[in-house]
Amino acid sequence: MAMKRDTTEQDRFKLFTRRAAVIGGIKGVLLTALLGRLYYLQVVEADRFTTLADENRINFRLLPPPRGPILDRFGRPLAVNRKNYRVVIVREQAKDPEEVLDRLSTILPLTDRERKRITREMAKKRSFMPVTVRENLTWDQVAQIEVNSLDLPGVSIDVGLTRFYPVGEDVAHFLGYVAAVSEAELTGDPLLELPGFRIGKAGIERTYDLALRGKAGSSQVEVNAFGRVIQELERDDGLRGQEVQLTIDIDLQSVAMKRMAEERSASCVVMDVQTGDVVVMASVPSFDPNAFARGLAYREWQALMSNPLAPMQNKSTNGLYHPGSVFKMVVAHALLDAGQDPRERVYCPGHYDVGEDRFHCWKRHGHGHMNMTDALVQSCDVYFYEMALRIGIDRISAMANRFALGGRTGVDLPGEADGIIPNRQWKIQTFGKDKGWRRGETVHAGIGQGYMLTTPVQLCAMVARMANGGQAIVPHLATKQYSPEGTAPRPYAEWPSIGLKPEHLKLVKDAMDGVVNNAEGTAFKAKLVGLDARMGGKTGTAQVRRITMAEREKGVKKNEDLPWEERDHALFVGYAPTDAPRYAIAVVVEHGGGGGAIAAPMARDIMTAVLKRDPARDPGARNLAAMPQRQR
Amino acid sequence: MSTYELYVVDQTKYSFADKVRAFPYGILLLLAAVACVGIAMLYAAAGGNWDPWASRQATRFGIGVGVMICVALIDIKLWLKYAYVAYGISIAMLVAVELFGTVGKGAQRWLDLGLMQFQPSELVKLMVVLVLARVFHSGSTEDVGKVSFLLWPMALIALPAALILRQPDLGTTILMLMVAASVLFLGGVRLWKFILAGVSAIAAVPVAWHFLRDYQKNRVYTFLDPESDPLGAGYHIIQSKIALGSGGLFGKGFMNGSQSHLQFLPEKQTDFIFTMLAEEWGLVGAVGLIALYVILIGYGFYVALASRSHFGRLLALGCTVNFFLYVFVNIAMVIGLIPVKGAPLPLVSWGGSAQLTVLIGYGLIFCVSIHREVKISRNMMGMEA
Repeated sequence: MAMKRDTTEQDRFKLFTRRAAVIGGIKGVLLTALLGRLYYLQVVEADRFTTLADENRINFRLLPPPRGPILDRFGRPLAVNRKNYRVVIVREQAKDPEEVLDRLSTILPLTDRERKRITREMAKKRSFMPVTVRENLTWDQVAQIEVNSLDLPGVSIDVGLTRFYPVGEDVAHFLGYVAAVSEAELTGDPLLELPGFRIGKAGIERTYDLALRGKAGSSQVEVNAFGRVIQELERDDGLRGQEVQLTIDIDLQSVAMKRMAEERSASCVVMDVQTGDVVVMASVPSFDPNAFARGLAYREWQALMSNPLAPMQNKSTNGLYHPGSVFKMVVAHALLDAGQDPRERVYCPGHYDVGEDRFHCWKRHGHGHMNMTDALVQSCDVYFYEMALRIGIDRISAMANRFALGGRTGVDLPGEADGIIPNRQWKIQTFGKDKGWRRGETVHAGIGQGYMLTTPVQLCAMVARMANGGQAIVPHLATKQYSPEGTAPRPYAEWPSIGLKPEHLKLVKDAMDGVVNNAEGTAFKAKLVGLDARMGGKTGTAQVRRITMAEREKGVKKNEDLPWEERDHALFVGYAPTDAPRYAIAVVVEHGGGGGAIAAPMARDIMTAVLKRDPARDPGARNLAAMPQRQR
Repeated sequence: MSTYELYVVDQTKYSFADKVRAFPYGILLLLAAVACVGIAMLYAAAGGNWDPWASRQATRFGIGVGVMICVALIDIKLWLKYAYVAYGISIAMLVAVELFGTVGKGAQRWLDLGLMQFQPSELVKLMVVLVLARVFHSGSTEDVGKVSFLLWPMALIALPAALILRQPDLGTTILMLMVAASVLFLGGVRLWKFILAGVSAIAAVPVAWHFLRDYQKNRVYTFLDPESDPLGAGYHIIQSKIALGSGGLFGKGFMNGSQSHLQFLPEKQTDFIFTMLAEEWGLVGAVGLIALYVILIGYGFYVALASRSHFGRLLALGCTVNFFLYVFVNIAMVIGLIPVKGAPLPLVSWGGSAQLTVLIGYGLIFCVSIHREVKISRNMMGMEA
């Protein structure tokens, strides 16, 4: 019995041992699996998880770079940055942003429009990105928000920089302005998503936006799982935006703006004929670019946009005008280039007939016999009617193109207008095959009317190319070549020649001298007084409406009797000093009346100021070493 | 009487001094070493503070060791004799949880004992081992082969299983069933019966499913597929893997685990303490801790095989399996091998009842070790005579 029991006991022990071994084996397998997995996670995949761990704990924060200042040619500030306190909200930290905004409203009343914008931006941006609630806070508001910060989770005060234009309206057109990034401008660059970040929207601010913008810095902060910053690990302050220096002389600019303010709507460009430096670029009326940096109310924007005087438009680059008689110099060059003898006289009886059409000279009873110089000095229309027909529109248009007309000059401003210099091909392309070029249109083109449209900056470049001996200068406003990669001096190499004979250039230049300085010249009023320098130039009076036969019979109305918007545009282009040309000027007074009566005196006043200051004397603004020596 | 003879032959009397001498001090030291690792991690988890976890954990360990020594010194035959009493007490505690228990994390599991919150379901696992060891100790090989013999132990298992499932705590139920099954397996139950039980359990699932309420079904879904709840359980596992993986071979250094200390790692003082250890001490530290556990488990096997009584063997190995399952489930959980289940890492995680249960389990193993030469008659009547 005992034996049997013992046997059973042994059997049981054997079975137990076997089964314990099985269980031990299973445990061994399971433990091996654990170790294998640990090895996989901690050795094989360690790098990947280290990266993930860093992504977990390290947050990158962008630090917006301060925007570069814009200076005039003497280093005076045109655009700078000012401190601006703004309140921002972070959706993630606010938990219930709507309720937090309700509480914030008791301190800082928010309009429905603002609330809608904030809600929309919060929905669009990543939850940890701050959204601007309000900018330009007063000290009182800042203090109140700080005091109540415990009740306002996710709300914080941010010190930012805003753009400020110390001379505001005088430089608004070419300087442009900065404004908030619109949805269409988002490129995925996180810098653009930063609240309150502003980019250049017009003018120099836009052309050199990337250089002015600088490089965003970043701050690497360690955060815990709730987004709270534990410590800053690394900081890269980024690169502040580059300083952009312009060729503009702010004093002269202000003089020009002040002088032009005597007219309702006008534009003026002054440039260095040797370098292409634009010294003055002015348009009236103007606007306050600071309003854009501050944020423009919808009503203010509407008022600006609907103003018939187009205060937002940079008329220097975007105002399109018939060049009128100013264009006669181009026709004269086309004639000389075609071999026309400038001494040949044309009789001006006061009108010119082509078939059944009669074209009138501005001088009702005619100029009598006119050679080329006389015709330029006295701006005889009949001479140019006749001569334009002799050489044809295509040669005139080709010459105009050599003088920077009929296309963008390439000035470093965005959205420059092209203008129109018509020819046969253009007519067919624009109006169709059956509407070919007509002789009468050549007659109109001979005096810069008809289809022809130019901008003041084109006219200024035109006269500069005439004055500098036929070199194809290109106007520019920045003293150096600015790009995000860095700054390079502007290469003042030889400009390419536009291929004109010196005697032809001299003849036209001398005629321009006569226009201003001869008693019978149309711009005798523009003769410089009190300076030992002379200005040469050419007037233009561009008709903006057709004078009907009936009106002509009744006697052409004087400009002053017409409603403002039907009056002629007054133009003047010129250069000075005549012995060593340095500055070219173009003035357009919209609906100002006669070029000689209105535009020429204005040009005289501005040119006088320019010559007195002689901005070209400033060695800092230009790289003289790189500029080839020229006759002065 | 042969029965009497056996009883006499089996009678091996130990004096208190014998027991003290036979006490496995080396293993006690090993347990203390693991506990020290835990206390160090809890110190780190609190950011270098003894409060709120490390110091209290040390105190509890001390108390737990006291309980363990008592358990170990009690005569093994008393454990055999009063197995049902102990089992009954633990069942009573489960019922008490049902009636007066504290609700935590959506389930009613905790019993407030004043000094600590106690989770009776942990203790029940050991008591089921104890009572099954007694049942199988008394059954011969032929008895165990009979289905009728198995009905009683099945009932002993089913009662606490039903009570724990009611809390509801599916995880602990499954663990308890696994421990119980391994005791049945060691006790000699035929393999085909396990297969049959397994198949019928699977077959029963759709029927049981039909009776589950929606919230219960959801709980099961989440249990089966934690990724379906990425902000809940899934998030925990992902963060755990990141913390652990970024630790690399040698770790980031004590108290330098960025993921743990920056709160990316959830529950780092309880369920995910192993992750924190692996982040700070690397693979070397993790494998080192596992090695300690392996020695402890291996010791359990040694004690079971060295014991001369079937009761002792089943009890020692049952407790060892219970201990192993704690270790495995916790580590497998934090390294993403098995779905999340709130299982603590024995002796290391913050938490009183798990630690106490593990120490009581080792107390039983020690008891078997101390009394390994004691032979016990299969016939209980003899003992009682």
